[in-house]
Amino acid sequence: MWIYEKKLEFPVKITQPDARMAKIIIEQFGGGDGELAASLRYLSQKYTMVTPEAKATLNDIGTEELAHLEMVGTMVHQLTQGLSKQEIQEAGLDAYYVSHGLGVYPSSAAGVPFTAAYLQSKGDPITDLYEDMAAEQKARSTYEYLIDMADSPEVLAPLRFLRQREIVHFQRFGEALEIARDYLNREHYFFMQQNGCKK
Amino acid sequence: MNRDELLKKLTELDFIAVDLGLFLNTHPENSEAIKAYNQVIATADTIRMKYEENFGPLCSFRSYAMNTQDWQWKDNPWPWKTDANFSLAGKECK
Repeated sequence: MWIYEKKLEFPVKITQPDARMAKIIIEQFGGGDGELAASLRYLSQKYTMVTPEAKATLNDIGTEELAHLEMVGTMVHQLTQGLSKQEIQEAGLDAYYVSHGLGVYPSSAAGVPFTAAYLQSKGDPITDLYEDMAAEQKARSTYEYLIDMADSPEVLAPLRFLRQREIVHFQRFGEALEIARDYLNREHYFFMQQNGCKK
Repeated sequence: MNRDELLKKLTELDFIAVDLGLFLNTHPENSEAIKAYNQVIATADTIRMKYEENFGPLCSFRSYAMNTQDWQWKDNPWPWKTDANFSLAGKECK
């Protein structure tokens, strides 16, 4: 189960609205390499993971990604508070506005609604952990592109924190992969079929 | 300490606990990290107690805040609002 804690993992205090930044930061809320995809990926894959270390890693990083989803949603929310009609139009946020108002909706920066097709849960520990490592690197790249586009220190601080977490998660998944691989090699050859059907 | 100072201290300590927890998942026999983890959890708990006694519950249950005739859980500020947060702008690691 989960217990909600009424605080952010890292503070978000954006006092200057910025429609342009809101429009692109939503990529990490509902985009292909965003936090919703990350949390669903790990929290779906955990059921068929092997070794206590790798199970705990998926469970706990999946949980931290939910905290990151809340941080990114908070950034979008705060960036859209107090915008004028003109600011929304000039930033090109009007297409989003007519569908969602200033609600925070999981979509990519280009307006594509979130889909579970962004992630896999393959039932194979090695396959899944490789996907997870790639996912962390893709999210790091996206945060770096967002940082390239940002000027405000209020926006940069949480973006830089989130980028660093991708690096730590990549490291932990790499360690989990080594542990899972050692375990599979030690126990059985062709053991990866354990998550397939009965023969 | 005022609300922002307590929240900042708690955020810092809880983050150390989250990060050490992830490290321990893949380094479960690292006794130095276990010791640091236990210490930070204990310290964070004392700050959590101070925060909740003064500014209301952080969790809807297992909280140090007393529920009286007022149901405080619903009360503002919620974490996604600017007034719930302190600023670390310019102080983050780059």
